[in-house]
Amino acid sequence: MHDKKPETLVIEPWRDPTAKPYISLSHVTKRFGNFTAVNEVSLDVFRQELFCLLGGSGCGKSTLLRMLAGFEEPTSGQIFIDGQDMAGIPPYRRPVNMMFQSYALFPHMSVEDNVAFGLKQDATPRREIRERVAAMLALVKLSAFSRRKPHQLSGGQRQRVALARSLIKEPKLLLLDEPLGALDRKLRESTQYELMNLQDKLGVTFIVVTHDQEEAMMLASRIGVMNLGHIVQVGTPTEIYEFPTSRFVADFIGSVNMFAGQVTAEGSHFVRIAAPDAGCTIFIDHGVAAPPNAQLWVALRPEKINISREPPANPAENCTQGVVDGIAYMGDMSVFHVKLDTGRMVNVTRANLIRHAEDTLTWDDRVWLHWHPASGVVLTI
Amino acid sequence: MSRRVHPALWIWLAAGFAFLYVPIVSLIIFSFNESKLVTVWSGFSTRWYGALLQNDQILSAAGLSVRIGLISASLAVVLGTLVAVVLARFGMFRGRALLSGLATAPLVMPEVITGLSLLLLFVALEQAIGWPSGRSALTIIIAHTTFAMAYVAVVVQSRLTGMDPAIEEAAMDLGARPSKVFFVITLPLISPALVSGFLLAFTLSLDDLVLASFVSGPGATTLPMVIYSKVRLGLSPEINALATLMVAVVGAGVVIAGVILNRAEKARQRDEQMALAGDEAPPLR
Ligand SMILES: Nc1ncnc2c1ncn2[C@@H]1O[C@H](COP(=O)(O)OP(=O)(O)O)[C@@H](O)[C@H]1O
Ligand SMILES: [Mg+2]
Repeated sequence: MHDKKPETLVIEPWRDPTAKPYISLSHVTKRFGNFTAVNEVSLDVFRQELFCLLGGSGCGKSTLLRMLAGFEEPTSGQIFIDGQDMAGIPPYRRPVNMMFQSYALFPHMSVEDNVAFGLKQDATPRREIRERVAAMLALVKLSAFSRRKPHQLSGGQRQRVALARSLIKEPKLLLLDEPLGALDRKLRESTQYELMNLQDKLGVTFIVVTHDQEEAMMLASRIGVMNLGHIVQVGTPTEIYEFPTSRFVADFIGSVNMFAGQVTAEGSHFVRIAAPDAGCTIFIDHGVAAPPNAQLWVALRPEKINISREPPANPAENCTQGVVDGIAYMGDMSVFHVKLDTGRMVNVTRANLIRHAEDTLTWDDRVWLHWHPASGVVLTI
Repeated sequence: MSRRVHPALWIWLAAGFAFLYVPIVSLIIFSFNESKLVTVWSGFSTRWYGALLQNDQILSAAGLSVRIGLISASLAVVLGTLVAVVLARFGMFRGRALLSGLATAPLVMPEVITGLSLLLLFVALEQAIGWPSGRSALTIIIAHTTFAMAYVAVVVQSRLTGMDPAIEEAAMDLGARPSKVFFVITLPLISPALVSGFLLAFTLSLDDLVLASFVSGPGATTLPMVIYSKVRLGLSPEINALATLMVAVVGAGVVIAGVILNRAEKARQRDEQMALAGDEAPPLR
């Protein structure tokens, strides 16, 4: 994750119950015929946030964005932007601009004219248009290309024209639909930083749609995870990753080992869960609001599990045994596929800290897997 | 990558070209014939071209045809574009299937039926409201417009559906009202389709014989009608000269269009090279 400026770290308006949300969706539903694309979404986004809507393809992210921009009317529910009800307000009167997934540049206009288009609609004085367009093109490093047509530009340049065009009117809210989806990997990484810097510099509220969880983790102040038209969890990247509230989110973000189990003993600040698959009773060092014998799941991230040939030194740790079944070397880390004695496969990652380790684990090694009592996340749904 | 071609193939190729071009070439050659007999060569002359320029009947028919063509093609482009926009952009509305069917009916309807029904319509209208009074160039224009409009609608609609709808949405998002979006974004982007629709409509009107025969009245005789009636009285070298001129005009049009397309293609390739070089430009920041 990137370093946010300290003040944005401290502010976190979503933790302040008196803070007024800037964009507020209340029970928004959108149906196309019988098909419900967006289902009862309620969401608050605050000023200057960079909010990411994350979800698989077809889960309704673009539809939600299009309702904010005014291209679709909600079937039911309300949308407020800066306190104003958006019902019945057409796209050309909303204080919102959108950057389209396909960029949607005007092919018959030069870069300059594309960027100036928004200002021309408001009868801005010609002098001012020229100055603001020049400043915006300088900001996205496209001054040298102002006379070119979109088809004379590379993918990365087109992306920046689209960004400049959607920012020129200084909207209260910028909607970005998969803004980096069409770029190749290297370019995407550098562009992510640029996008964040730009948002920081201009102070515009961003709502970014993406299906790429790494991108969401890197960009967002908060992430809203979507599934089948619902928003299933909203939180900071850390919350989403470390404290998922459902199996869907735990599984969708990063990779995870999921063990089904039942509570065998519980107290105010501990719980023991019998997980037949794991081959042990998992000890969790905090209480769980679930009745005994209820079906539960324990989610364990691969990097939170230690792997070694010796049993753990700390007897308080959870541990189980297995055999290394496969190793995927990824450079920065290795992924061990371990077959537990119960027959269950578990993924464990280990950072490759040493370039030429002596005692590297290898295939068919018998190993201990152990993890801290705080590492497992208990999920009830 | 040269492959040996079997000699028989060359013969087939020559036969094919001969089949296509010998009639036209002989027509051109005989237009320069001295003799009045179309099939007997008696020497080179341009006298039939001179005679053509003296022939008021043919000249006025040609003038009328061009005028009808221009007017009906313009009307067809406007109306056909409206139909296409409604069909391509207004989603599923009540009566859409009916409009779509009506707009494209002339494409599949036999011309004789279209002509007959239009004639009946004009007669009935004249009796009911007194307009259009009699058959004239006006009725031909109306007939050609209805007919050509269907072709324009098809051409423009396919262009519209092939266009990324986000382009128009982006314009609206940036503050342009729907009417402004249409004139500033949609229209320029579909202009190639408008041009080809216009040319198609103009050509259809120019060489239409069937519809015009049904709905024209005395005094409104188009060029195809004149040619047809003259040829029925016997072939004349004058008509050969006229046909040669038409072939020359069409041929010139095709060559010019080819040159323009070729240039555009070269420019596009150059632009693509330029775009490819773009990502090596120094990155932002
Ligand atoms: N105009 C429409 N008519 C019918 N179905 C639509 C329309 N727009 C979107 N959908 C459907 O809604 C679902 C969600 O679409 P979308 O919001 O584009 O998903 P994504 O999360 O991939 O952006 C998809 O299954 C899509 O087929
Ligand atoms: Mg989408």
